Amino acid sequence: MTGPRGGTASPKAVRATLRGRPALYTDYAADQAIWNTPSKRFWTILLVAAVLVTPFLPFVTRSHQADLTLVFVLAIGGIGLNLLTGYAGQVSLGHAFFVGVGALTASVLGGMPTQNVVGFELDLLIWLPVSGLVAMALGLLVAPLAARVRGLYLAILTLGLVFIGEHLFKELRSLSGGQGVGRRGPDPEILGFGLFHPQEILGVQLDRETPWYLFTFLLLFVMAVLGRNLARSRWGRAFAAVRDRDIAAEVMGVPLLRTKVLAFGVSSFYAGVAGGLLAVSFGQVTPENFGGLGGLLLSVEFLAIVLIGGVATMSGSIIGAAFVVLMPRLVEMFAPSLPLIGDGALLSVQQLEGVLFGVLIVLFLILEPRGLFGLWLRIRNYWKAWPFSY
Amino acid sequence: MTTIRPLSDALTGTSVDIPHGETLVSVDGLALRFGGNTAVDDVSFDVGRGELFAIIGPNGAGKTSIFNCLSGVYRPQEGELSFLGRSLLGERPDDIARLGISRMFQNIELFDNLTVLDNLMLGRHQHLEYGTLAGMAYLGKAKRIEVINRRIVEDIIDFLEIESVRKFPVGMLPYGVKKRVELGRAMAMEPKLLLLDEPVAGMNVEETEDMARFILDIREELDLTMILVEHDMGLVMDLADRVMVLDFGVKIALDRPSEVQQDPNVIKAYLGEGDEGPTLEDAAAAAEAHVSQEVRR
Repeated sequence: MTGPRGGTASPKAVRATLRGRPALYTDYAADQAIWNTPSKRFWTILLVAAVLVTPFLPFVTRSHQADLTLVFVLAIGGIGLNLLTGYAGQVSLGHAFFVGVGALTASVLGGMPTQNVVGFELDLLIWLPVSGLVAMALGLLVAPLAARVRGLYLAILTLGLVFIGEHLFKELRSLSGGQGVGRRGPDPEILGFGLFHPQEILGVQLDRETPWYLFTFLLLFVMAVLGRNLARSRWGRAFAAVRDRDIAAEVMGVPLLRTKVLAFGVSSFYAGVAGGLLAVSFGQVTPENFGGLGGLLLSVEFLAIVLIGGVATMSGSIIGAAFVVLMPRLVEMFAPSLPLIGDGALLSVQQLEGVLFGVLIVLFLILEPRGLFGLWLRIRNYWKAWPFSY
Repeated sequence: MTTIRPLSDALTGTSVDIPHGETLVSVDGLALRFGGNTAVDDVSFDVGRGELFAIIGPNGAGKTSIFNCLSGVYRPQEGELSFLGRSLLGERPDDIARLGISRMFQNIELFDNLTVLDNLMLGRHQHLEYGTLAGMAYLGKAKRIEVINRRIVEDIIDFLEIESVRKFPVGMLPYGVKKRVELGRAMAMEPKLLLLDEPVAGMNVEETEDMARFILDIREELDLTMILVEHDMGLVMDLADRVMVLDFGVKIALDRPSEVQQDPNVIKAYLGEGDEGPTLEDAAAAAEAHVSQEVRR
């Protein structure tokens, strides 16, 4: 590093230069870092601390923890779809298929055998990565076909996967338990430590949900950082280039097929891992959850996470997952006090949920296409410029 | 904070180890048809190392089609294309990019949602040699390679005087700046041959002069071979070493600028047949008026 007059600056001099000037970068590595501003560092630390403290707050129930766990799990799947659809621009309605493959793999490798289904009761350290890898292998198998079509055709092609999935999940009875029955998900254990059991650590009594909550959060954090790194690396730029102008990207030296296949592979790995975790959170894995109409709904839910949260942002996927899981809970909480809502009234609580969900998607697409992350940007920019309007 | 280094130190891959004037690109009997429509008909030319070769012609003459053949976007039905003695036929665009051919597009083809910096870094895609997993970890190797290449991209940004917009999404930038960014992205690829497709179309005099200065500076600093397609006759006649004129896909002249201006076939192509031969200055004015009309539309 050279100083302002060309001489080599001592670390002390650099620190002195930086004091009170947090936005001044003195090397490219600092400018390109993942948390390159003090406010990003502040918010990340604050959120991580809040998440870690939450299960120990007195008013947080076990079902609250289960809901937040679901947020983390869906966020992992959402990040996967955001890499494929948000960054690389390949619209996929087949995300639920890969999630289902992950859930099934996890149940077979980690679940208990019964008279009807096989199970190997393996360690989570084995079945979780394998769930991701099996889904990724199928993603890589489909990708060369999917890479040949785009837009609407791609959406329909990937939609086909959900129905192939329905057939597969129903027919592979010894693995999935068959239609309408399903099978139990895995009981997660790492080296004998049960992640879905009440535990006592350092004298602190943990609920059954708490270890699983903390584990899924840790995994989300790691996978979000990995995803963000991929997005800011050469491949992330290649994804965006293929999304914005594929022919120009190719002329600039980006191999089109390879880039799309990579996006599919990474995306289905994330989906597979999310599926494995979902199998635990759901407790019961049935073909209807991941194939056919149920699968289509799950796919749409993931698309909603990406769209509402914020296309082509990591934090957006997490915010989107929180929205999709927590919005119905809030509605349930407040609906009884609203007029015209309730059994026998104009709308039941569930109908209200559905209507609100649809209306919000429409409103976001029209008013803030960058989603909740875009709203955050607006607030941030307002306070950055405050008290000036621009 | 860092000292400015010459472009030739940043972009070392642009040097070609064949003597000056020796053939770098050779096009032989090129024919491209869309159905019954012939876009390029039996066109042949050679471009020597270090040369600035211009292709001109009325709209629809097949100039951009030749570029699209050279960069692998179109597959010609007949003829041979070679670069540094290697055939380009059947190669994919990204392979051709790796061989060292880069281009600017006639209608700006930048990645609108990416910043100027990322657009230029995308141009360096083929020079960033780390894998997917290294990218996900973003430690050691990937980080080091990104920083080295950032430095190279910053040299190009300095050269093109676009420092103030480096973190802006390209979609927000004005037209003239976008054209500059596109030149920057083409340079970031570290090419041995640069294809410029109407670099000053729709620009005012000042922007045109800036662009001409950049082209001349790139030639001087990097000794880069270029093929230029342009309607601005003033620019072409000032910069080009040789000019090829196309009309309806057929080559009608190939000579030094001063000779081409006098060529009766060229005058006929631009102005039609008349009793007294008008000069190419008139043709240039007519072409310019036409282009500005196009842009306005």
